[in-house]
Amino acid sequence: MIELQGLTKRYGDKTAVDHLTFTVRPGVVTGFLGPNGAGKSTTMRMLLGLDNPTSGDVRIDGKHYAQLSEPLKYIGALLDAKAIHGGRTAYNHLLCMAQSNRIPRHRVDEVLETVGLSAVAKKRSKGFSLGMGQRLGIAGALLGDPEILMFDEPVNGLDPEGIHWIRNLMKGLAAQGRTVFVSSHLMSEMALTADHLIVIGRGRLMADTSMSDFIEKNSRSFVRLRTPQQERFKDVMSRAGHTVVETGDGAFEIADSDAAALGELAAQHQLVLHELSPQRASLEEAFMQLTAESVEYHAGGQMGSAPAGGPGAPVPAGMGAPGAPAAPSPYGASPYGPSPYTPGQGAPQGQPGWQGQGAQGWPQQPGQGGQAGAPPAPPAPPAGQEWGAQWRDNSKKKGR
Amino acid sequence: MAATSAVLQSEWTKIRSVRSTVWTLALAFLVTLALGAIICAVFNSQWSSMSDSDKATFDPTNTSFFGMTLGQLALIVFGVLVISSEYSTGMIRTSLAAVPQRGHFYASKVLVAGLLALVVGMVTSFLTFFLGQALLGSHHASIGDPGVFRAVFGAGLYMTLIVLFCVGTAAMLRSPMLGLGILMPFFFLVSPILTAVPKVKSVARYFPDQAGQKIMQVVPDSDSHTSYGPWGGIGIMAIWVAVVLIGGYAVLKRRDA
Ligand SMILES: Nc1ncnc2c1ncn2[C@@H]1O[C@H](COP(=O)(O)OP(=O)(O)OP(=O)(O)O)[C@@H](O)[C@H]1O
Ligand SMILES: [Mg+2]
Repeated sequence: MIELQGLTKRYGDKTAVDHLTFTVRPGVVTGFLGPNGAGKSTTMRMLLGLDNPTSGDVRIDGKHYAQLSEPLKYIGALLDAKAIHGGRTAYNHLLCMAQSNRIPRHRVDEVLETVGLSAVAKKRSKGFSLGMGQRLGIAGALLGDPEILMFDEPVNGLDPEGIHWIRNLMKGLAAQGRTVFVSSHLMSEMALTADHLIVIGRGRLMADTSMSDFIEKNSRSFVRLRTPQQERFKDVMSRAGHTVVETGDGAFEIADSDAAALGELAAQHQLVLHELSPQRASLEEAFMQLTAESVEYHAGGQMGSAPAGGPGAPVPAGMGAPGAPAAPSPYGASPYGPSPYTPGQGAPQGQPGWQGQGAQGWPQQPGQGGQAGAPPAPPAPPAGQEWGAQWRDNSKKKGR
Repeated sequence: MAATSAVLQSEWTKIRSVRSTVWTLALAFLVTLALGAIICAVFNSQWSSMSDSDKATFDPTNTSFFGMTLGQLALIVFGVLVISSEYSTGMIRTSLAAVPQRGHFYASKVLVAGLLALVVGMVTSFLTFFLGQALLGSHHASIGDPGVFRAVFGAGLYMTLIVLFCVGTAAMLRSPMLGLGILMPFFFLVSPILTAVPKVKSVARYFPDQAGQKIMQVVPDSDSHTSYGPWGGIGIMAIWVAVVLIGGYAVLKRRDA
């Protein structure tokens, strides 16, 4: 169990981590998601006592890291940069780690075997590829057989087989009841691995939610339609009880409905349709939307003053922005109702991540409208397919 | 608290498993030994052409340690790399994650580097002395002569303290480039040159290397000062070492890794 309480880190006047409060629980894989520079690595360094927090507190099973005796037996960590002396062999690197924590020597051979580096154990790690270095780092994390594991961007540099392997490793470790905390900037990867999700942007907590909640809220389907008879179309659909949303590029979107039923309804009223396509918002887009907001907030005050939630106010389970955007927002200050778009306002092009601040917002790529039949963004497969397909193709190689 | 012996063992594995340890210490040994031997052989062959006053102040023990000025450069590299390579490679994060008690980690590292330097220093100084004296023929000193054992033993201490001085300085500077860029010119150029400048030299003789080298002298040379004796000199050097080691600890303790 890892507990963060108002954890804050400032470098000069730059706030890298801003009042983070959350808990990482055992038995599940907790994904720690945020775009580049969000503060993931900084948070993890503070957790390991490498960087001193400016304020706030982080504890591991109730203790500060420095209070742990032989900490590698409690918590194993893979850090983002290679924290390895390249002039030392893989074996000796692990051996010096093991000795400092009185971990028996045979564990070194075991973890080298686990990560598949036995053959190069006596080679200096200077010559290792990115993926091999990553495996050596993972071996170091596993060395003390710890109850808590922390991986900073573990798939960096790994080939598809390696990605498959690390994903199964993490799931396996969590299934054994261990605490697994893994950072990433890829939502798609998290969707496959993580059971719980913590999203940060610009050092702030954006969301702390279970993965299934996130998927449920963010991968709801909608139907995209295009018609030359716009006014009559809106009429017909509204009378049938559908909420029509204009996307600004001449198309309409209707959430939570069936494409076939809408097509039949249109036919009954002799409406010409140029497009009728079922869509799903990808989790990746939902994530980008969530964090783009934090980027905008920080970058130029476009969002106005601080989010209403104030620093450190986490979003309760489920998604959404941490508070309503303030005045200068094109949507005004009020949080959205059930419909993410204010009809008639159109999607403000060039402001990615703006549309649909609310939980139900369908993200859109700006500037892609126009071509009939081309959805704003390629409809992403439901969670768990895109990446799965990728590694499944390559998993045949496994077992070298 | 991680067990002390465990951390020492770990630091020993670290220090012996990188090439730079072997080559820097081997170089320090070879350069000191070879240069001392050459200079002793030269003195022996040129003895008849030396002036009487030179003959009177000739110090066979100190002469055999002539190679130390160059040999110590390799020791500086050793001392600097022991600590700064942790930073330049990022290994420091792994090290401190394994041993978060920073004082414990630092003390173990200093102790292991210091003990290794002491062994190499003593072996170097005694072998250099005996080889040099053998090549000096009839002008040699014996280990039993007054002050000679102290000088030879002191040379080994000097080499150890040079290494520790560099470890402490590097712990404060953290970068190998900065550490080498400051310490190499200081010990090779700045300190010897300032010691030769009138007036300035009364200050420069308190520099760590100048003070420490006093212990290697058996016969006082013509411009020898009496501000401190051989043990006083090594004591001054030891104070310097203690100060930079404490400084290094303060930096390690306070700064983010
Ligand atoms: N030692 C430091 N000194 C100054 N600024 C720093 C330092 N370390 C991190 N930062 C800043 O803090 C912010 C957070 O960095 P951090 O490395 O934690 O992000 P991250 O979420 O791990 O990003 P990435 O996905 O790129 O790894 C960045 O803006 C970075 O520039
Ligand atoms: Mg990072």
